[in-house]
Parts: sequence; structure tokens; C-alpha cells
Amino acid sequence: MTIPIPTPLRAVPRPAPGGEHATRAPEPEVITGAEAVVRTLELLGVTDVFGLPGGAILPVYDPLLDAEHIRHILVRHEQGAGHAAEGYAAASGRVGVAIATSGPGATNLVTAIADAYMDSVPLLAITGQVFSTLMGTDAFQEADIVGITMPITKHSFLVTDAADIPAAIASAYHIASTGRPGPVLVDITKDAQQNRAPFVWPVKLDLPGYRPVAKVHGKQVQAAAALLASARRPVLYVGGGVVRARGSKELIDLADVTGAPVVTTLMARGAFPDSHPANLGMPGMHGTVPAVLALQESDLLVSIGARFDDRVTGKASLFAPNAKVVHIDIDPAEIGKIRFADVPIVGDAKEVCGDLAEAFREQTAGDDRAAGERYADWWEYLRGLQSEFPLGYAPTTDGLLSPQLVIKRIGELSGPEAVYASGVGQHQMWAAQFIKYERPGSWLNSGGAGTMGYGVPAAMGAKVAEPDRVVWAIDGDGCFQMTNQELATCVLNQIPIKVAIINNSSLGMVRQWQTLFYDGRYSNTHLNTGHGTARIPDFVKLAEAYGALGIRVEREEEVDDAIRLALETNDRPVVLDFVVSADAMVWPMVPQGVSNSYIQYARDHAPSWEGDEAPDGQDPDLYLPSADPQDESRNPTAPRKR
Amino acid sequence: MSHVLSLLVEDKPGLLTRVAGLFARRGFNIESLAVGHSEVPGLSRITAVVDVEDLPLEQVTKQLNKLVNVIKIVELEPTSSVLHEHVMIKVKVDNSTRSQVLEIVELFRASVVDVTTEALVIEVTGDTQKTGALLKVLEPYGIRELAQSGLLAIGRGPKSITERIPRP
Repeated sequence: MTIPIPTPLRAVPRPAPGGEHATRAPEPEVITGAEAVVRTLELLGVTDVFGLPGGAILPVYDPLLDAEHIRHILVRHEQGAGHAAEGYAAASGRVGVAIATSGPGATNLVTAIADAYMDSVPLLAITGQVFSTLMGTDAFQEADIVGITMPITKHSFLVTDAADIPAAIASAYHIASTGRPGPVLVDITKDAQQNRAPFVWPVKLDLPGYRPVAKVHGKQVQAAAALLASARRPVLYVGGGVVRARGSKELIDLADVTGAPVVTTLMARGAFPDSHPANLGMPGMHGTVPAVLALQESDLLVSIGARFDDRVTGKASLFAPNAKVVHIDIDPAEIGKIRFADVPIVGDAKEVCGDLAEAFREQTAGDDRAAGERYADWWEYLRGLQSEFPLGYAPTTDGLLSPQLVIKRIGELSGPEAVYASGVGQHQMWAAQFIKYERPGSWLNSGGAGTMGYGVPAAMGAKVAEPDRVVWAIDGDGCFQMTNQELATCVLNQIPIKVAIINNSSLGMVRQWQTLFYDGRYSNTHLNTGHGTARIPDFVKLAEAYGALGIRVEREEEVDDAIRLALETNDRPVVLDFVVSADAMVWPMVPQGVSNSYIQYARDHAPSWEGDEAPDGQDPDLYLPSADPQDESRNPTAPRKR
Repeated sequence: MSHVLSLLVEDKPGLLTRVAGLFARRGFNIESLAVGHSEVPGLSRITAVVDVEDLPLEQVTKQLNKLVNVIKIVELEPTSSVLHEHVMIKVKVDNSTRSQVLEIVELFRASVVDVTTEALVIEVTGDTQKTGALLKVLEPYGIRELAQSGLLAIGRGPKSITERIPRP
């Protein structure tokens, strides 16, 4: 029995030029659906795809072998293909493409799709599906991947007719890359790949319900500029949307003309140069004290492409209690989702930053003050916080490397033109804190989903997109073991990424929480990869087994030489196994679920601030780690107050 | 508080899953859902009743608007719309109660669509107050079975929510 499944889109032939009397256009070429997949990708300008074949996608892989303009990179696990496509997209701004077969191939992509959804990454996922006649029968390697990914895709298409392939892929590409970017899935049945249909190009996109870009509301921009002009303690709260919009130039102009301080969220590191004097660093759970308290005490938040994530706001009801909010986002659903916006502005971050700077200039035309003087009291307070609470770390006491030092040196020796991809955990936070970012697309990480294992494949994808850049994966020993199989892909395809394993022999961030909140009971966080353990696996031997260069670094004086060697080695990937102290912790920290006012600069050391009385009668001891000074012995790395 | 949303959507496979899934995922409670064709070929109309406060309603509307297959969403106010549902009720009757039940049917301008010696099937259309009142009155006689449509809603007056929607 055939189950008739209507497919979503129909290709509309281009009208012949000159109207109906013109000579008829030549008949379109009849090709297989599989050939149409490859040809459509080529016509869309796709040059690199990551994937792994299997039964239901086999037809597509045949013409792919002959595709002159598409490089297919054969991964070792579909999750690697997904993250590689994400890294490719995040580094370059182009759409990343991942291909997998039906069933388990498709479900292996799910983590990467979810990750791309959370971080608004333009990702096109193409999966094979069983024959349309077999769908719904629990056929071999059948999975309803459209259904499975519905909550984590921007949109998805199920294609059962070869004639629909060009329009479906072109629409998916368009949806993924416009408006708020995101992952789009195209699931193509094997019969649609095998059957032949006329190939019509270009296709007319039939998406009446998709209106990605709204015209920026001029009045709202004027209202925002007026708030900025009258504010005394404003902050530009910059999120990943500025990176996706490639709006750094306009943002810098906005910061310069207003003189307002800037904080860059985890997703926005690099959107605004760290060398710019207005940059207070990263806000949030592990943000800098000046950035966290600037938000908390401001009277005006100008949120640009940020979404008031709980890792930034802490307890949202106590976040920035005295601030008015200007919320700029391309996605109207983000505005007012967490925090009421006094001035909502729907629009592209690049465009709105430009308009807002212009409006501010006009409104303050008679004001002769230099930008730096406008919020002089505010800046004085913030500069005080900066000098009292700089980012720092204490030397380790167990003779092992300090992870912060290693990461800092990687950043200093590689420079701002390099790309840094990280996994998730302590090393991610340190990489966000201690590497100085100067340009968007130089910092890639899994911010929303928090996907361990993102680092190595994302670095691989970034290196494919930007082959002339140095690309680092700053990884943890836990993360690395989730996706290191892609080293094989890197070696065989001459993708010389550099992997720095910050090896503390444990699931470090979980261990940190166990130290702080579970009385030091280390349940299932020891991984046995580091100093004094069985070293399973031995990362140096593992790297060598893959054909990569593996180096173990255990002493501080070896750090620079190892990094330099890695930077000079470009004929194969490099894996540096930095054996670091497991006791190092990420500071500052705002404990989960409390107001950001309770930021701790180091263990048992909270800065005092102007509104120091506990707001809303909240009991600070309720969530905070014990204030027992003897605990200090368990925390040798925490910096002390001067 | 209940709100009535009218959604104009493309008639595509999986559309209902997308809409219903979004409600569930974002934690919004659907009280009723009715789906059918609109007067524009290729477009369906969903009437959803959701029980949310005003602010979450704005959020759910924005999230629904992001679905690629959703063309338009309108909230229909009870004062300026007709809100009707359709109910079929199977009531137990015997010789002593049949005439009483038929009297009630008459009173509510409902109609009897099936008759046997032991039961009547009663059909009624109207707003929820009316159907609710009928159900309450019939309850003592013994309701054997009940089938209820989702609420249907349409704005009063000459305007149409499909105005300015390009037709194929």
C-alpha cells in the first residue's frame, strides 16, 4: 500500500522572459532526486559538507562522488558532522551542511541540531529516509526524524517526491540563514532520491508564513536613544545576536558615541573587542565582577541580541532591579520573554546599532561633553571595581599546571586572528575569561545547550571554513573523550587543528560544584586521565594512534614551547595534553538561583556593593557555600583579596 | 483566563503536531482545539482556547507566529465574535422520563438525532454557557455518552481574517 504523503513545496518554473509570446524555454533536464540534491547544493553555493553515508542516503552519495564544487568530509560519527557544520557556520557566517542516513544516522545528528537551535546557528541537516512506501511500518533504520527534531529545528521538510527536492533544500537554506538563524532539517525518502524529475532552477520560494525581517521601528529607536541620553548608569548588554548579525562595527560606533560600558555574554565574546576600554568583560555566573555588578546596578540595560539567559541573570526577578530595558532582537518572541521591555525593538542587531548610534548623535547634538564624560560617576565606580576585582587566579599548590595560565598563554601566543573552539565546563569558562577576543567568529562554543564534545568537531569545521587561520580546540579531558574520533577525519583530510586538552582528570565543573555544594563528595567525576592515575586513555598515545602529534605538558616552563611547536606544526593535527590541577576552580561565581548581587570574587569572598543590604529579604546563607574559613584549605587556588 | 485564538495555517503534514507540540513544550494549557478548512484553498483554520494570563498569551502568540506554516493569528474577543461549540449527548430514558427529556430538548432548542427505547441522542449547538447548562439539566437522567467539538469562533461583522492573504 502506498501512503500518499503530500510534500510541502512544489517547484514553480521560472516564467519565460518576454511573456507568453517569447520562445519557449528549453525543457528542463530530467535527473534523479539524488542528483538534484547535489546540484541544488552547488547552485546555493555550498562548497563543503560533512557527513557519513548509509542505506537510505546512498543514492545521494553516488553523484556526490563526482561533484566538482562540493568537498564532502567523511566524519567518524554523525554528531561530529553536525558540530563540524556548526563550527563551520559560526566561524564563517555561512550555512553549515551535515548529511546523514536514516534512523540512527539521523538521531546521531540530534544533539548537534539541538545545539544549533539553542545558539542560533545556521545549519542545514539533510537526512535519508526509508522508502515512502515503508514509512510508518517500523522499517529497518526507520526513525521519524522530522517528528523527533520538531522542537529543536527552526523548520523541517519531509520530501517524498523527487520534483520537490530543489525547492525544499532551497527553502531550508533560506530559512536557516535568514532572520534569527537556526537549524533546518530536510528528510528525503529513498524513492524520492531514486526517482527522476525535471530539474527546475531557480525555484520560487513559497513560504507565505515566513517573515524573517521586520522593518526597524524608527520611533522606538528614538525612544531608546532618549533613554540612553538621560540614563546615568547605562550598560550595553551584548549577546550572540551581534555575532550572527556581523554587527561589530556598528556596535563599536554605538559604544563610542554614547560612552556607555559594554558587557559581552558568553555567546558574544569577540562581538566587541576586549581591547576596547568600554569592555567590562563577560557577565553571568562566571562573569567578571565589574560586568556582573554593572548589569545589576544599572538604570538602563540596552540588550542587543541577548536573551536574558538564566546563566546571565541569576534569579531573574532580582536581576538589575532598578534598570529600564531597551530590548533589541530580531526574534520578537525573545522580547519580553524573561524581562519586561520598556522599549522593544525588533530588528537586525547590525541595523539597529547603526540606527541607534545615529539617533543618539542627533539627540545629543548640542551636548559638547566627550563620550567618556557623559556617565562619569558611573565609570568612576566601574573603574574602581575593575581595579579591585580584576580577573585573576592563584598558583596551584599541588605542583601541577594552572589551567588558567595554560589557556591564557595559548591566547597570547596565538593572537586574535586565531579561532578558539571549546568544549563545555571549566575550560570553557576559563577560555571565555582569559583569552582576549578582538573579532566576531573567533570564539566558538556551545553556550545554550552546553554540549560536551562540541570542541574538536567544531574546530574541525572552523578550520575547513577558514583554512588560513590557526584553529584551536580548547577541550577538557571529559569533552575530548566524547568526540575525539574526529581526529581521524582531521588527519586523513589534512585539517590541522590544534587541540589543547586541559586535563584535570575529572569532570571539572561538576567536581567544582561537588566541592562547593556537595561537601566535597566526588561522586563519579574522576576520569583517571591525569597525573598519578592509570591514564586511560593516554592522550599522547591516542593522538599518535590517530597520526596526530601528541605532546604531554606537565611543567610551567614547557607550556610556551609546546604551544609554539603546535603553532608551527601544520602538516597534521596536534594534541597537547596539559596535565593541570584538579583543584583549580572557576571564579568569580554567582551561585545558581540567587541574585547576581551575591557574586563571589573568590571562595568566601563577595565584593560589597552600593546596595549591599540583601534585596527582598533574601537570606544570603541559604544557597551559598559554607563560610567556614577552614574550608580555605580545600581551595588553594582561590585568589585572596588584596 | 481563557483566550480564543484563531490561527490561519498552511495545510501541511505535521502542522497540527507543530502547533500542539509548541503549546505543550512552552507549558501552555490548551482547553480546546478545532481544526478545519478555511475559505482559502490550501489554508486551514485552527481555533484554540488557551488558559493563560495576558503576558504568557503574548509569548505563546509570538512563538506560534514563528512557526513557518502559521500565516496569521488573531485573538477573538467574546464581545465581538460568535463562539460556538457542538455537543452530542446520549441520555438514558424510559417511559417515565422520555417526555421530560424531550421537554428539556425543546427548551434549549436542541434536537434529537437518534431515538431508541432506552436512550436518546441529543445534539446542541451554542456557546459554552448554553451547552453547559443543558448538560447540567440532563445529568440527573443519566448521561451515557458525550462527544464535544472544540470551540469554533468567527468575528462579527463583514471583516475577514483572510483579507490581505494572497489567494492562489
